[in-house]
Amino acid sequence: MIRQLAVFLENKPGRLAAVADCLAKAGINIRALSVAETKDYGVVRFIPNEPEKAKEALVKEGYAVIETEVLAVDVPDKPGGLASVTSLLAKEGINIEYCYASVIRLKESAILILQVDDKERASALLREAGFRLLSQDDVKAI
Amino acid sequence: MSQFYSEVEGLSREELRNLQSERLRALVKYVYERMPFYRQKFDALKIKPEDIKDISDIVKLPFTTKQDIVDNYPLKLLAVPMKEVVRIQSSSGTTGRNIFMPYTKNDLELWTEVMARAYWRVGVYEDDIVQIAYGYGLFTGGLGFHQGAERIGATVIPTSAGNTRRQIQIMQDLGTTVLCCTPSYALYIAEVGNEMGVDFASLPLRVGIFGAEPWSEEMRDEIEKKLHIDAYNMYGLCEIIGPGVANECEYKDGMHINEDVFYPEIIDPQTGEPLPPGEKGELVLTTLTKEALPLIRYRTRDICSINPEPCKCGRTFWRLSRIQGRTDDMIIVRGINVFPSQIESVLLSVGGVAPHYEIIVDREKGRLDTLELRVEVSESFLSDEMRSLEELRQRLEEALESALDISVNLTLAEPGSIPRSEGKAKRVIDKRELFQREGGERK
Repeated sequence: MIRQLAVFLENKPGRLAAVADCLAKAGINIRALSVAETKDYGVVRFIPNEPEKAKEALVKEGYAVIETEVLAVDVPDKPGGLASVTSLLAKEGINIEYCYASVIRLKESAILILQVDDKERASALLREAGFRLLSQDDVKAI
Repeated sequence: MSQFYSEVEGLSREELRNLQSERLRALVKYVYERMPFYRQKFDALKIKPEDIKDISDIVKLPFTTKQDIVDNYPLKLLAVPMKEVVRIQSSSGTTGRNIFMPYTKNDLELWTEVMARAYWRVGVYEDDIVQIAYGYGLFTGGLGFHQGAERIGATVIPTSAGNTRRQIQIMQDLGTTVLCCTPSYALYIAEVGNEMGVDFASLPLRVGIFGAEPWSEEMRDEIEKKLHIDAYNMYGLCEIIGPGVANECEYKDGMHINEDVFYPEIIDPQTGEPLPPGEKGELVLTTLTKEALPLIRYRTRDICSINPEPCKCGRTFWRLSRIQGRTDDMIIVRGINVFPSQIESVLLSVGGVAPHYEIIVDREKGRLDTLELRVEVSESFLSDEMRSLEELRQRLEEALESALDISVNLTLAEPGSIPRSEGKAKRVIDKRELFQREGGERK
């Protein structure tokens, strides 16, 4: 499992830019990112290469940072890649709370970030089915 | 000239004064015997009922505040056995709980009487068709106007508030002549009617009696022009009786206070000292004849002045100016009283948010008031899942709606984003222009 940071933001111009700016200044590389929004507010979730440093920089500037663990699955970069993961979890009754793909590509595969209701079981199931799950070190090394 | 519903409206000032003195003497005796709350207050000030001989002695008596009513929740101040209470209405308290105001049969009769006077004052009689678009229920607006209209024998259409298109349809189909609602709702009706293509000039509608929230002369002009009616101001509050404390006559130059039953004083809100007639200060009212829960020198927190000059209509009751402000932070939204402290106690009871909030009240032209609440999510409740944030938002909205009786637009704000201020935080941003500017008196 890997560490994800999320920042609560009001939905107005410049808020995401400010976060990006803060991370840039701290020299953080963003491995994956997603933004979920309502009319008034949103949550930007991302996988930083160095979570500790990223969190420190954000907290220092007064952001509300939420840290959670998520799964990072190495998924074949071909038609049906996403389906191979989602159908497996669906069959086992595991609910995906949210998921997003990484902005970087590995050689023949892509990284899928998954938040599920039962992380332990999902990890085990995915491994059994032959998927590779990335570790924190993997994320840093990419 | 409009007819007097009651002869008392034409008493000479001396006769009125004698009546007030007589009633005050009876009142102090009544509350001293029946209400431990007042007995203790009197005793502490070493006042005996016999010390009060004339209405001018009223300044010796202690004030009563809304906090006193809140502290004696729900009905510890009741001066009669519960079986004599025939109605209970309610208004906002200063915290999460509302206050209850009880009425005996005679109190209801009093209320009905003053509301009947109010209609006659603006030339509304038995051949009128009165549409009451104030909310019915615990709020005193609907039932107060209803009782008075029934008493004068008018045709009453109790539409209550809301469903504006139907309101307008009924107004057209039944030939409503008198509309009673909040002034902002009257403007909203004009706006929606306009969208529906209604020509108000061609309707029989001719009079509007508006109250429950502050408004201005500019707003009166706008309502009168758009609805093609004469618009009159009404003042009242649940603690005293509901609507019917004071209202304008056909001259639209101040609201005649029903002084035979509600004795008015204007005081300096800081010192509590009475101010001479004509000066601006806080309105203090004493219910001279109420039975279930009489109030002595009740501090309304409303800033206004009293005009003692005789009125062209012949009524001798002094006239109350428009309400020009509040001495506390109460806001009135769509006729409903809201205290920031009420909002705060709901936020604290639901949890999940920090006690940092900002209330934004706005009124877009021709629309109803909106109450927006920005509240900071507490660090511990933040989540990366939108679902739990939305659940929190909805839970808060529902709790606020049920406590305040008004819909609230709640926005979750970033921690630390709401300005902190030294001392008393400025929690309310009111973008409406409700209060008459200085010197903005009607010509």
